[in-house]
Amino acid sequence: MDDHESVYDGLLGSDTSHWAFGHDFEDPLAGVDTTLPEGVDGAELAAYCLMLGDDALVLSHRISEWCSNAPDLEDDIALANIALDLLGQARLLLARAAAADPGVTPTLPAGSPVPPEDALAFFRDAGQFRNARIMEVPNGDFAHVVTRVLLVSAARLAILERLTASRDHVLAAVAAKGVKELTYHRDYAGRWFLTLAQGTDESRRRLLAALDLLWPLYAEMLASHPVEVSMAAAGAGVDPSTVADEVDVVLEQVFAMSGVERPDRQPLAGVRGRVGRHGLHTEAMSLLLAEMQVVARAHPEGRW
Amino acid sequence: MSDDVRAEWPLYEVFVRGKRGLNHVHVGSLHAPDDEMAVRHARDVYTRRNEGVSIWVVRADAITASSPDEKDPLFAPSGDKVYRHPTFYAIPDNVPHM
Repeated sequence: MDDHESVYDGLLGSDTSHWAFGHDFEDPLAGVDTTLPEGVDGAELAAYCLMLGDDALVLSHRISEWCSNAPDLEDDIALANIALDLLGQARLLLARAAAADPGVTPTLPAGSPVPPEDALAFFRDAGQFRNARIMEVPNGDFAHVVTRVLLVSAARLAILERLTASRDHVLAAVAAKGVKELTYHRDYAGRWFLTLAQGTDESRRRLLAALDLLWPLYAEMLASHPVEVSMAAAGAGVDPSTVADEVDVVLEQVFAMSGVERPDRQPLAGVRGRVGRHGLHTEAMSLLLAEMQVVARAHPEGRW
Repeated sequence: MSDDVRAEWPLYEVFVRGKRGLNHVHVGSLHAPDDEMAVRHARDVYTRRNEGVSIWVVRADAITASSPDEKDPLFAPSGDKVYRHPTFYAIPDNVPHM
């Protein structure tokens, strides 16, 4: 231990089981009972998992677009970490959706080795995605991604905190893992929000512009869809409207510390009552999916 | 709002403790806008593979270091005093981290 070839030798000593590549990591679903809880409809549970999973998947893709584009190497890595956390949540949730109702999984050529969660991610079209629209709108500047991560992680954290008590053991386990991740995402984005708001005239101007742009999409995350209401009634899900006040309190605190007024903007309208949760998306969604899915669709029998 | 606008963020040195009972070890440096963000950045950059349970960060300009010019007066005199090393004792196997 005296002569450190690498700094990590000093940290890890000779205990290589501490090292990466799957060693010593918690498997959130190891030993979790995957049978459907009594009184919970498989098709509804699958639809609910798609809502939570698509939120994570689509935002993960948007944040991953920041890779190599952040203002500094440190924030590049921070954003990539956040995208990876969300991708991990998406994978578990889409896998749960496919297990709860195999009918949701797109049909692939016989013998295709693509697992169900990948089939859901790469072989559905925009109208089949159930994410809220705030996840899909194109990226802007750094203030935009900070604001988006703040709004989404504040809402998602409140929802997953309640979801840890889900009667579905898989959802409860996914939520328990996600709570730790989202607590960090919210902390990271909140600190940056404050820093940009109290920084220079330019950083504040950009932050206010980003908030103005994203605010009309905020309410949709916390509006209830019938599937969410019904899953909440069954004790397996969370009705987002029940945590709206709690999330508001958190955001008001961040706004107050940052000296930022809550925007006076109306929520973005849907079309005849349909929004992201119903499969109604902005035109950016198809372009996002085209880029995200093109390789998988070109090789439906590919092994990765 | 601050009038003190710098071209670059200050440099921080990062120390990570691998597990209970071990020392914090210097693992590298990074740039951050302030102390709190430096801890967050250190978490993201240096503990992504389960390396740490504790992080210290310190502004690099707050560290006073010895100069390479002083190497001989500072360190050479200890070179020939082998009796200062506890090499004449056998260390029992159950004494860790020596």
